[in-house]
Order: sequence, then C-alpha cells, then structure tokens
Amino acid sequence: MFYIFCPYCDEHREEEEFHPKGQAHLSRPADPDACTDEEWGNFIYFRDNPRGIHHEIWVHAIGCRKFFNVTRDTQSYEILESYRMGSAPRITQLTDKQQS
Amino acid sequence: MSEAVKEAVAEPALVAIMEQLPKTEVPARSPLAHHTEVLSRPTHENPGVRLWENALRTHLALRGDAGSADFARGVEAATGLALPERLQCHQSGEWALSWVAPDEWLLTGPGDQALAMEMSLREELDGHYAVINLSGGQTMLRLSGPKARLVLMKSCPYDVHDRHFPVGKVVTTVLAKSQATIRRVGEEDWELVVRRSFADYVWRWLVDASQEYRLSLGHPE
Ligand SMILES: [Zn+2]
Repeated sequence: MFYIFCPYCDEHREEEEFHPKGQAHLSRPADPDACTDEEWGNFIYFRDNPRGIHHEIWVHAIGCRKFFNVTRDTQSYEILESYRMGSAPRITQLTDKQQS
Repeated sequence: MSEAVKEAVAEPALVAIMEQLPKTEVPARSPLAHHTEVLSRPTHENPGVRLWENALRTHLALRGDAGSADFARGVEAATGLALPERLQCHQSGEWALSWVAPDEWLLTGPGDQALAMEMSLREELDGHYAVINLSGGQTMLRLSGPKARLVLMKSCPYDVHDRHFPVGKVVTTVLAKSQATIRRVGEEDWELVVRRSFADYVWRWLVDASQEYRLSLGHPE
C-alpha cells in the first residue's frame, strides 16, 4: 500500500487512484510567435530529470479527477508534499539543501 | 480574454435539453436487467449481504462554483438540498446530492424526473455552471446487511471502517479494479454508482465476493 495525499479530497488515497502527468510549473512562452525555435522546443520537448527533489503534476484520476502538484524525491521515491494548482511548493531544491 | 471569448461568454448558452425517456411503451432495460430479471438463486432466510440494482434512476452531474452564494442558493432552490461539503452527501426523500469534486456534484433521484429537475436547475441557476444528464451512462447498486462492509473491504483499497467512513460520507474510489462512487446510506447500507459498461462486471464481482456471507439477491421486501 502506497498512499498519496490529494489536496482537493484532503485525504490520503491509494496510489492506484492516481496518475503522474510529468513535470510541473512549466510556463508556455507568453507570445509563441515571438519566441525562438529553441525556446519553443524547450517548452514542448525538454524536461528536467533531476536526482532528488522534483516537482510533478499528478491527477486524482479515480477520485475527484483534479490535477495537483507533488514534490517528490526521485532517489527515495518519497513524496514530500502535495499542493494545489496555482500554489508554490514549500519544499524546493534550495530549502532541501539548507536543511541538510 | 479576447473579445470573441468575452462575447461567447456573455451570450446566453444554447443547450439542448430533451426528455430522454421514450414516449411510447418501450420496455426499459437497465444495464443489469439480465441479472435482476432472473433471480433463480436461492435466497437465504437470514442473509449476511443483500445486493440489488436500484435501476433506471435519474443521475445528473452538476458543476459550478462552490464558493458562489448564487450557485449554492440556486441548487438549494431547485433540489431542496444544500450543497454538501467535501466527501459528504445530503439526502431528502428520494433525492440525494453527493460531493464528487470541489466543483462537481452528483444528483440522483426518481427515474422519471430527470427532465423536470434539469429544467428547474436551469431555471434557478445563472452564469457559469453545467447540468448533464448521465442517467443512461451509469447505474446504482445497493449493498446492505451486516456483512456488506466486509464485501467492500475485499473489493476496494479505501478504508471503510466506521471511524473513517461514517454514514453520509461519499467517495469515488477503486472498486474491483474498476471504479465506483460509494456512499454510506446507513450503518449497514451502501450505495454504489458505477459506469453502465462496467455494471455487469461489478455485479458479478460482488456476487462472487458475497458468496461466503449468505448472499441474497434482489430488493428486500
Ligand atoms: Zn482528490
């Protein structure tokens, strides 16, 4: 059993109810017509693959069907926090370094 | 927002509302009619579990802004039910309003009143909202009896202990590798809303899982 906290249901739920949806906090170039091919290519195709803290989008697919963010440690698989769309993570690479 | 989008939002929405029940005498068949019409299985004197389909009910999906006082007032005016909080259900007579998501609820009631309820919701509500008739797309199962909770414990990963799942709570979760919106109607009384296409599978699963608890099929007299 592996539980993930849904910030909309406000409960821990079984992992089976969720799907990961990739890197979070990607921002689309404000004016796609004005950006360079490289900027657009980076937005469309390229994703971070860090060892350690990673912010991801997950969806509570068999549940409230809402998308939300997760801060996860890619080494230990530990989920450090779940937070709603539009809000900022409490734990980042920076705060993690300060702690250790 | 672009001008075109602003105009589209400002315009009154064009929606197609129709009576989805046939006007002529067509025998209506629920997704589980083939199980419930022929109940040849022996029924126990003192069943541990009862399973039946609450067939052909009205199922309406209702979406809107939970934070809007107007929306909450409109829903209450049409249904007589206050918008339930997270994971809660409000019930009055035949109608039940269940929380599904922060901006979505499931309204269930008598099968012949879908159109009337939809019209009355549209009458009372204004602005950005949605009412969708899902009656044909899903069905309702009822599981009751002293062992009903044990059947759910075998079938879903959600904690259905009294402490965690009191009467009045409703959750959408995994059931038998499929999914269901599970509501605790009473201490020994559960309601499961499942997709039409999975109804046969879920029924068979529940029948199989209930064998050891003296299952009785069909609505209790
Ligand atoms: Zn959720």
